[in-house]
Amino acid sequence: MADSTESRDLPTKTRRNILDTMEIDTRLLGMIGAFVVICIVFDIWTGGRFLTPRNLFNLTIQTVSVAIMATGMVFVIVTRHIDLSVGALLATCSAFMAMTQTVALPQWLGLELGSPLIAPIAILVGMVVGIAIGAFHGWLIGYLTIPAFIVTLGGLFVWRNVAWHLSRGQTIGPLDGNFVALGGIDGTLGESASWILGLIAVAVTILLLVNARRNKLRHDFPVKPIWAELVIGGIAVVAILGFVWILNSYEIPTRRLQRIFEARGETMPEGYTAGYGVPYSVLLLIAVAVIMTVVAQRTRLGRYIFATGGNPEATELAGINIRLLTVKVFAIVGFLCALSAVVASARLNFHSNDIGTLDELRVIAAAVIGGTALSGGIGTIYGAILGALIMQSLQSGMAMVGVEAPYQNIVVGIVLVLAVYVDILYRKRTGD
Amino acid sequence: MPLDATDRGTPLVEMRDMRKSFGGIHAVDGVTLNLYPGEVVGVLGHNGAGKSVLMKMLSGALPRDGGQIFVNGEEAHIHNPRDARNYRIETIYQYLALADNLDAASNLFLGRELVTSTGLVDDAKMEAETRRIMARLNPNFQRFHTPVAGLSGGQRQSVAISRAVYFNAKILIMDEPTAALGVEETAMVAKLIDELKAQGLGIFLIDHDIHQVKALCDRASVMKNGRLVGTVKVDEVSEDDILGMIILGKKPEKGLA
Repeated sequence: MADSTESRDLPTKTRRNILDTMEIDTRLLGMIGAFVVICIVFDIWTGGRFLTPRNLFNLTIQTVSVAIMATGMVFVIVTRHIDLSVGALLATCSAFMAMTQTVALPQWLGLELGSPLIAPIAILVGMVVGIAIGAFHGWLIGYLTIPAFIVTLGGLFVWRNVAWHLSRGQTIGPLDGNFVALGGIDGTLGESASWILGLIAVAVTILLLVNARRNKLRHDFPVKPIWAELVIGGIAVVAILGFVWILNSYEIPTRRLQRIFEARGETMPEGYTAGYGVPYSVLLLIAVAVIMTVVAQRTRLGRYIFATGGNPEATELAGINIRLLTVKVFAIVGFLCALSAVVASARLNFHSNDIGTLDELRVIAAAVIGGTALSGGIGTIYGAILGALIMQSLQSGMAMVGVEAPYQNIVVGIVLVLAVYVDILYRKRTGD
Repeated sequence: MPLDATDRGTPLVEMRDMRKSFGGIHAVDGVTLNLYPGEVVGVLGHNGAGKSVLMKMLSGALPRDGGQIFVNGEEAHIHNPRDARNYRIETIYQYLALADNLDAASNLFLGRELVTSTGLVDDAKMEAETRRIMARLNPNFQRFHTPVAGLSGGQRQSVAISRAVYFNAKILIMDEPTAALGVEETAMVAKLIDELKAQGLGIFLIDHDIHQVKALCDRASVMKNGRLVGTVKVDEVSEDDILGMIILGKKPEKGLA
């Protein structure tokens, strides 16, 4: 048989060949390009206020909550479902955790306020609630075959108001000190630990690249030329260390440092400075990203999620229990909503009645901008995270230049539709 | 030439009195069929005659209402596709076979992935195995990193067949394997069927093309309205005889097996 499509001439052959040799995902490149353009445009527009360590730090911590949920939304959309309830589910998890740490543990169980047990127990409660509700959604969808759109639309009404019921619509706070450390600026690694983390990440990246190459050679598969490996490795190392450097460059204000020293009963040395470093919430997002990527690419569960998206009948005929798979996918989303609820409420330092409102739309938009196809079967974890980052940078950039919130939303809506159109054109061209 | 049924010992598969209804309609109504090693049995009939339903009961994709399945003379308990695979029954479906967004290796091993010692999917090993098997089945095939949606019909079919071959199928069900293929590709699949037959596999071949049935099958079982019209030795009947069975439900005077 002739592989006629193999030798098809492409108009931009030479450029493609360089990228092909390096095996770089052009879609990833496109998204990074879009992000860079947004950053540069806003930096010029704001007269250099956008690309400051302070703003990039804030951008990072603002992205975490939506990005965590977006990684789960990828699985949902890949299996040809949708989840409209993630924002409401976040609110319910947040309400459960807030009530646990302010009412249940101190008042009912007599745990002392400030006890180190409060934060872990509250988080555990949130996770159990998230997983249970998610699994329940999955059961309704998988076993009772109610469309996901309906189940989660109902869920949006139900869980948003279960959250209201739990707190009677009140703002619950302040939250436990250890819990709040997961919100962003109130809990960071500091400079030294951030550098150590960066170096570990660099080491792991290099190890993975070397291992992948060895593995290919062992099986006699074609490998990239060594220069391509070096370029890719170099870019990754610079990106990791650059990220740490930016977060470390955002200095803790002197007054705040003074208070930290006072709290320890010391006086701050003259001229002392310290950077924030990597926030715990960002660390959490990185962990979620790594684990979800491994699940997507290297586990049977992930393989079946994608296979189901590509062809549910074939997957079922291959002996895979698609119903149970649906339960698992929605349980994962529920778990991730609980994690996002920790980050979102910790960042505010309280649970508010409207927490997570419209997050379902932001999360879906992030996944879709990140290249997840609503027809199923296609999507990446890093894409969804980049999608969340692009949306957040657009929004905070517009806020900085004084665009009012309603206009911001108009722009975000247009960008969403445009992004999907560009993706369609891209797919047509590459034939994926 | 197939031997006479009486000399051939135990059939590879025997389905006795198979039944399946949907609502009030008897899709399969008391059908008995068998298959011997190294034999291709055509399963023929109009759309809705019940041949696909019958085969789906054998492959575990549909639960049966009644009847028994024997594999190598022993009763087989087949309730889902996994059970069927444990009896070395593999199915090649016409359209439903592949997850279009995954590459050849992921499709070949779907549901039976090779894993590393840490329990992670071992893509490199699976690709190596896929390359090995494809070198035998379709030596021109080189597109191991392309989602199968981008492959030609024949390439897709060779991926589907490689699945059955890799997992050492003894019984193969092929549902119109050449319906979507061009002339050259059809010839390739026909050659593959002959090879598998020579290795002692038993193959049920659902097909509408009478010429193809004449060329590939040893026996043909014809169904009409859920019932078995009869099974004939293909060499001993004419195409018209077979057509008569399919259209009129009329048994031929000779050649019954």
